[in-house]
Amino acid sequence: MTEGPRPERVRVTGPPRRHLPRTRTGDIDDQTRLGSVYLGSLLREQLRLALRTVGVLMLTVGSLPLAFHVAPGLSEMHLAGMPLAWVLLGGLVYPLLVLLGWRYVRRAERNERDFADLMSEVDR
Amino acid sequence: MSTETVTGLVAVVIVTIATLVIGTWGLRFSRTTSDFFVASRSVRPALNASAIGGEYLSAASFLGVAGLVLTFGADMLWYPIGWTAGYLLLLALVAAPLRRSGAYTLPDFAEARLGSRGVRAACSLMVVAIGWLYLVPQFHGAGITLHAAIGAPTWLGPVIVGAVVLANVSSGGMRSITFVQAFQYWLKLTALLLPAAVLLIVWAGDGTPGSRMPADPGWSVPLASGGSEGLYLTYSLIVATFLGTMGLPHVVVRFYTNPDGRAARRTTLMVLVLLGVFYLFPPIYGALGRVYAEELAASGRSDVLVLELPRLMVPGVGGELLAGLVVAGAFAAFLSTSSGLVIAVSGVLSQDVTGRLLRARRVTGVAVFRVSAAVAVAVPLAVALAAPNVGVARAVGLAFAVAASTFCPLLLLGIWWRGLTDVGAVAGLLAGGLGSGAGVVWTLVDGSASGWPAVLLEQPAAWSVPLAFAVMVGVSRLTAWRVPAHTRRFMVRLHTPEALELDRG
Repeated sequence: MTEGPRPERVRVTGPPRRHLPRTRTGDIDDQTRLGSVYLGSLLREQLRLALRTVGVLMLTVGSLPLAFHVAPGLSEMHLAGMPLAWVLLGGLVYPLLVLLGWRYVRRAERNERDFADLMSEVDR
Repeated sequence: MSTETVTGLVAVVIVTIATLVIGTWGLRFSRTTSDFFVASRSVRPALNASAIGGEYLSAASFLGVAGLVLTFGADMLWYPIGWTAGYLLLLALVAAPLRRSGAYTLPDFAEARLGSRGVRAACSLMVVAIGWLYLVPQFHGAGITLHAAIGAPTWLGPVIVGAVVLANVSSGGMRSITFVQAFQYWLKLTALLLPAAVLLIVWAGDGTPGSRMPADPGWSVPLASGGSEGLYLTYSLIVATFLGTMGLPHVVVRFYTNPDGRAARRTTLMVLVLLGVFYLFPPIYGALGRVYAEELAASGRSDVLVLELPRLMVPGVGGELLAGLVVAGAFAAFLSTSSGLVIAVSGVLSQDVTGRLLRARRVTGVAVFRVSAAVAVAVPLAVALAAPNVGVARAVGLAFAVAASTFCPLLLLGIWWRGLTDVGAVAGLLAGGLGSGAGVVWTLVDGSASGWPAVLLEQPAAWSVPLAFAVMVGVSRLTAWRVPAHTRRFMVRLHTPEALELDRG
């Protein structure tokens, strides 16, 4: 057995067998028509959610001055021994605001999760 | 020196020292310019929400609301509702995209979105104007409080608040201010909650006087008086407060300290909870004041109701201690709101004015920030000392109207509408700013006449906000060729979660 220098180890590689599958984020980055549709759907969904939240706010809290203007008798009504206006404006409005905010955050995060799931799916 | 003077003095000194100590403690965490401006964008939602609450609850919330309710009745409950609901609109329409825009101030956002230095200059001007308009009543409130608590001359309060704010802001910047303001939220809540609980017990012990009185028709109607004019005033107030919150410079700056868009949303939700809890209490003072301190309303000193009521209802040492606690809370209110405003105004000044002037002389970023903070305090302090007769709640209300007529349309259209152009933005800012500004000038100069023109000027938001929106959209449509080329990329940045790997421009 002869003790010569070991032949250098050679790594044999070939060209990659297949191209990496194109992700949908690529569509958005390249501003393709498809990417535009993806982005547009997220934007529309989030805006609709925001406007729905604002709409509920307007219908409930925002309609109170008009209600008291049209029906002045409301200000003489009592709830749990306190004038109705005080119970509504001094107390109940705040839990409603928090509830609307909480619902909004949950749904907005769900929209974003859906969008992220859509993006991580690959087209084959 | 009487005992009342001593408790008031002790309260003010303790709050001032606590503020400076916490500010200095926060200094250990403040090293870079990024710490100064945005606390290096790493503040957790719970801490950040307390800080936002502490910063937001100003003299108008702590003292003004109770006094207004005492004097005018249930229609004044719309102020706290609007100040809270403003955060719901901010949450739904602005919070996450604004954080994701990666800009620090409103001018930064406008420049990044529209790619125009002209829009940036217009926004910088508006930030400084709104910030100073909001700072003057804080300084006034400090003067009133120190006068009521320890009989100090009215110039002393503004000077003390100005000095403490300047020391804190210029030594620790945003990072240390975050701790200070979080502390001050809880101090303010305690200072209002504890006395209110005691006062309610005293009231129940007295046999709940006043509860069986026939309802005063004017006092329990949630509408401003005067038929359809009253309805207009109430709705205009709602528009100004609901939409103005998102345009206040010190509120917006806070959002850049969140780590990402999702945290920005969760922070805002927590702020809603904190504000909702706080605002349950000022109306209680207003209602109790109706029974125990009606002479304050008659003599036009309703702003000191919260400060005086504990002493009026609880005799002896107990009342003194509660009064001291309330004074401490009021003082915390001036300090925290003023600090936030000074940070926001000096942030803009140091980027757009002093920075330009000083950087040529190789002055560091932190030094520029300190010079700007000095300017940001000095100007409104001078105005407050020179013109000591501007109403606290009125001036704050006008700042909201101006913010709602300028930055609200810019933010909403910039975030949700791809068609906005730089020319349209400037035209809309101009229309809304001039419209609501006319109301400001009118109120400060005269504000006495009655009838529809005066009513429209007294509370301009209901027409100046739609006007600003219409002008912004209309002019943008006419100049549609100027829509920036990077608009779509910017929309990606504003609306997609940070976790996704996307090209955000």
